[in-house]
Amino acid sequence: MTKTSTSRESLWMLTIAPTIWALHFLVSYVTAAVWCAKYAGDGGSLGGVRIAIAVYTVTALIGIAITGWVGYRRHTFGASSLPHDADTPEDRHRFMGFATLLLSGLSAVATLFVASVAVFIENCD
Amino acid sequence: MKCDDPEPLARAPSAEVRHAQEERLLNAWATPIGWRYWSEVNNTRVGLWYTVAACGFFLFGGILALLMRIQLAVPDNDFLTAEQYNQVFTLHGSVMMFLFAVPIFEALSILVLPQMLGARDLPFPRLSAFGFWSFLIGGIFVCGSIFFGAAPQGGWFMYPPLTTRHQTGIGADIWLLGLSFIEIASIAAAVELIVGVVKCRAPGMRINLIPLYSWYILVVGGMILFAFPPLIAGDLLMEMERAFDWPFFDPARGGDPLLWQHLFWIFGHPEVYIVFLPSVALMAMIVPTFARTPMAGYSWVVLAAVGTGFLSFGLWVHHMFTTGLPGISIGIFSAASQAVAIPTGIQIFCFLATLMIGRVTRSVCLLFAFAGLATFVLGGLTGVMVAVAPFDFQAHDTYFVVGHLHYVLVGGTIFPIVAGFYYFFPLVGGKKLSERLGRVAFWLMLVGFNVAFLPMHWTGLLGMPRRVFTYPANLGFDTLNMNSTFGAFVLAAGFLVFVWDVVRPKKGQVMSERNPWGGGTLEWLSEMPGQPWGVRSIPEIDSRYPLWDQPNFVRDVDEGRFYMPDAEEGLRETLVTTSIDARPIQCLRVPGPTFLTLYAAVFTGGVFIFSTYHWWTAATVSGVLALGTIIIWLWTGTAWIPEKNEKDVGLGLTLPIYVSGPDAVGWWAMFITMLGDMTAFMSLVFGYFFYWTIHEDFPPEDATGPGLLWPLTGGSLLLGAWWMTLCARRWNKQDRPAAFYFAIVSAAVLSSLGSMALICGPSTTGLDPTSHVYPATVWILAGWTVFHVTLGIIMQLYCAARRLAGRMTCRYDADMVNVALYWHFMALTVFITVAVIAGFPLVA
Repeated sequence: MTKTSTSRESLWMLTIAPTIWALHFLVSYVTAAVWCAKYAGDGGSLGGVRIAIAVYTVTALIGIAITGWVGYRRHTFGASSLPHDADTPEDRHRFMGFATLLLSGLSAVATLFVASVAVFIENCD
Repeated sequence: MKCDDPEPLARAPSAEVRHAQEERLLNAWATPIGWRYWSEVNNTRVGLWYTVAACGFFLFGGILALLMRIQLAVPDNDFLTAEQYNQVFTLHGSVMMFLFAVPIFEALSILVLPQMLGARDLPFPRLSAFGFWSFLIGGIFVCGSIFFGAAPQGGWFMYPPLTTRHQTGIGADIWLLGLSFIEIASIAAAVELIVGVVKCRAPGMRINLIPLYSWYILVVGGMILFAFPPLIAGDLLMEMERAFDWPFFDPARGGDPLLWQHLFWIFGHPEVYIVFLPSVALMAMIVPTFARTPMAGYSWVVLAAVGTGFLSFGLWVHHMFTTGLPGISIGIFSAASQAVAIPTGIQIFCFLATLMIGRVTRSVCLLFAFAGLATFVLGGLTGVMVAVAPFDFQAHDTYFVVGHLHYVLVGGTIFPIVAGFYYFFPLVGGKKLSERLGRVAFWLMLVGFNVAFLPMHWTGLLGMPRRVFTYPANLGFDTLNMNSTFGAFVLAAGFLVFVWDVVRPKKGQVMSERNPWGGGTLEWLSEMPGQPWGVRSIPEIDSRYPLWDQPNFVRDVDEGRFYMPDAEEGLRETLVTTSIDARPIQCLRVPGPTFLTLYAAVFTGGVFIFSTYHWWTAATVSGVLALGTIIIWLWTGTAWIPEKNEKDVGLGLTLPIYVSGPDAVGWWAMFITMLGDMTAFMSLVFGYFFYWTIHEDFPPEDATGPGLLWPLTGGSLLLGAWWMTLCARRWNKQDRPAAFYFAIVSAAVLSSLGSMALICGPSTTGLDPTSHVYPATVWILAGWTVFHVTLGIIMQLYCAARRLAGRMTCRYDADMVNVALYWHFMALTVFITVAVIAGFPLVA
C-alpha cells in the first residue's frame, strides 16, 4: 500500500479538527451551564469551571495540533507546490493534507476564541 | 502532471453507430408526453418544476412583504388589522425561509449538479420527485391558509407560550405540521445530493478536482442533516402539547418555553448558512467563468465551506442573548459568532483575488454577483455588531435586526441566485436572458433594496420594535418608514422586470451558442437546447476545468468516445464511482417515470394535513395508504436483480450492475438518513437533560415510573431483535434460507415483544403524560423508539417477503444489508432510551 493509496484517505479526515472544536465548545458550554444552573446560582463564582475550560482547551489544542501536523506532512509530501490540482493520487493526497491543515488552523483559532471567555468572566451573572 | 487514466477512443464510432446509440439513449431518457409528463422523475424535469415552484412561493412571499410595507408606510395605518398583519409577517418569514431559500438551493442543485459532475442523473431520481411533490403540497397548504384567515401568527420562530397557550386557532398547527412535512422533503433532497456528490462523479474527478459548487453542496447537505432534525423534534413536542396537552413548554407543569428556543435556533442559525452557502457556491462557479481563470485559493474556499458549516452550529444562542442566560454562556456563543466571520471573509477574499488576477468580462451575472458580495459584507458587518452581546441587548427585537438580516439574506442569497438564473438559464431552454433588461432589473433591485433596508438600521436604533402592525406619529419613524416602503416598491419593480425577462415569449430569439459564457466545468457540455440524456458519453476527468484544459474534450464527449455512450438495454444508467478518487465501481440503473412518487407524497401529505384538523381516522387511513404506496415503490423500483452480473461500459471497462454494502448508493442513503434521524432523537434526549439542568425537581422525587423492570426487559428484547437481524443478514449471505427465515421472523417477534415491554414501563407505573413534563418526556422517548422499531419490523418482514418472492438472494442482498444498517441505529436508540429513562433517575 502506498502512502497515497485511496484506502489511507478519507473525507472524515477533514472533519477531525472542526469536530474537536465542536466538542470543546459543547463541553465548555455544558459545564458552565450545568454549574451555574445546578450549583452556583445567579452571581455565584465559576470556581473550577474556568480551570476545567483551561484543561479542555489544552486537550483540544493538542488534538488539533496533531491533526494539523498530519495535514502538514501530507501537504508537503514529495516535491510539489500549491494549488495541488494535478490529476494524480499524490496531489489529491497533498490537497487533503492542506485542507486538513487549514481547517486545523481555523479550529485552533475558534477554540481560543471560546476559551478566552473563561479568562474574562469570573462568575455566573 | 497526469496519471495513467484511460484515453478516449482514438477513433469515433461511425456515424451510423453513433446515430443508433443516440436513438437508444433518447428512448431510454425520453420525457413522457401528455398527462404522463408529470410522472417524470429525471433531474432536469424535477429540478425545473422545483425551481418554478420555489420562485412562485418567492413571489407570494414578496407580495406579503409589500402588504406589510403598505401598512407601515404611514403611522396609525389601518390597511391591515393587527391579526392580518401577524399572519402576513409570519407567512412572509416562513415562506421565504422554508419555501424559497432552502428549496431553491435544492432545486438548482437537482437541476445542474448531475451535469456538473458528469452524471446522467442523481442516484435516487424518484426520491427527488417525491421531495418535490411533498414540497409543493405542503407549500400550497401553508400558503393557502392565509386566504381563509387561518394562517399562523406566531412569527417564523413560533415561540411558546404565545403559540401554545394564547393562539388557539389552527394557524400554529398548520405551521408545525405543514412545515415538518416540507422539512422531511428537504432531508430527502439532502440525502440525494450528498450521495450524488460522493458517489456519482465522472471517473477521474478526484476529490481535489471537483467543482467548488459540489463542495458547498456536500457541506450544506451535511448541515441539513444536523440542523433540520432538532426542529422536527421541536415541532413534535409542540404539536403534542397543542393536540394532546403534553406540557413540554408549560412552566406550570414543569415545562419550559426556552427549550423550544434552543431547538428552534439549533436549527435556525445553521439555516442562515444553509441558505447562504449554496449562493456562495453559485458565485464560486460564476466568478472564475467571467474572470477567465481558475478560482484562486481552491483549498481556502474548501476550508471556508467546511469551516463555516461547523462553526455555524455554535451560534444559536446569539438569538437568545436577552433570555437571561449566564454571562459565560453568552460569551461562549458571542466568541463563536465572531469566529465565523473568519471563514466567511476568506471566501470573499478568494473571489476578489480571482477577479483581480483574471481578465474580467462584463455581464449581468457578474453585476448581481458583485451586488451580492457588497450587500452581504454590509450585512456581515452589522452581524458582527449584533454578535457583541451588549449591543445586541439594545438592538434586539428592533428594526436594526430586520435591516441586518435582510442585508445578509438578500445580499448572501437573493442577488447570487438572480446571478445564477442569468448564468444557468441557457441550460434550461437553450436561450439567454436579456442583458438589457437585466441591467434595468439590476439597478432597480440594487437601489430599491438599499432605499428599503438601509433606513431600517436607523429606525431600529431610534427604538422601533419589530413585528408591530403600526406605530404612532412623530416618534421619528415616519419618514424612514415611508422611505422603506418606497424602496420596497422599487425593489419589486426590479423583480417584475426580471420575471418578465424570464417568462416573455422567446420564439423569435435565436438559440444561444453552446457554452455561452465560456465556462470550464462540465455542465457547459450541454447542447443548446439540452438533451434529456444529460451527457452524451461520461468523460474521464483530468482537471478542475476540463473544458478549458482537456484537448478535444467536447468533441470526444459528443462523439461517444468516453464511457457509456449507449443504452443497449434501453434502461436509464449512470456510473457510480469511489468517493475519493472517483474510480468507477458500478453501472447503476436508475428508475424511470412513475406516478408512485406523486401518490406517496399526496398520501403522506394527507397524514400531516388531516392531523392539523384532528381528523385522526382520515390521517390514519392516509398513513396506511402512504406506507402501502412506498412499499410498492420500493418493491417494484429498487434493488432489481439484473439480467446479467456485469456490463461493458466502454474503454475496456466492465462493471457490476448490482452492488450492496458500503459501496452501494442505497447503503449510503440509509446511513445518511439515519444520521439525521439520530440527530432528531438526540434532540429529544437533549430535552430530557435540559429539564434536568434547569429544574430542581426533574426527575421529580415522587415519580412512580418507568421503573427498571419493563425498560430493561424491553431493551433486552430489542437488542435481541438487533442481534437476530444481524444473524439474518449473515445467514442470507451464506444462502441458508431456513436459518434466514428463522432469524428474521424471530427478530420481528422480539421487536414486537420489546416494543410492548417498553410501553409497559410508563403505562403500568402510572405516568400520565399530561400531568407533568417528566412523564411526558419519558413517554416521548419511549414512543419515538417504539415508532422506529415498528418501522424496523416492517423492514424485517419486507426482507423475508423479498427472499420468498425471489427478489432477494444471497448474492443480491442489498435490502437485507440496508435493513441491518438501520437496526444498528435502532440498537443505539434503544440503548440510549433505556439508559436515560430507566438509568438516569437512579443517578440523578
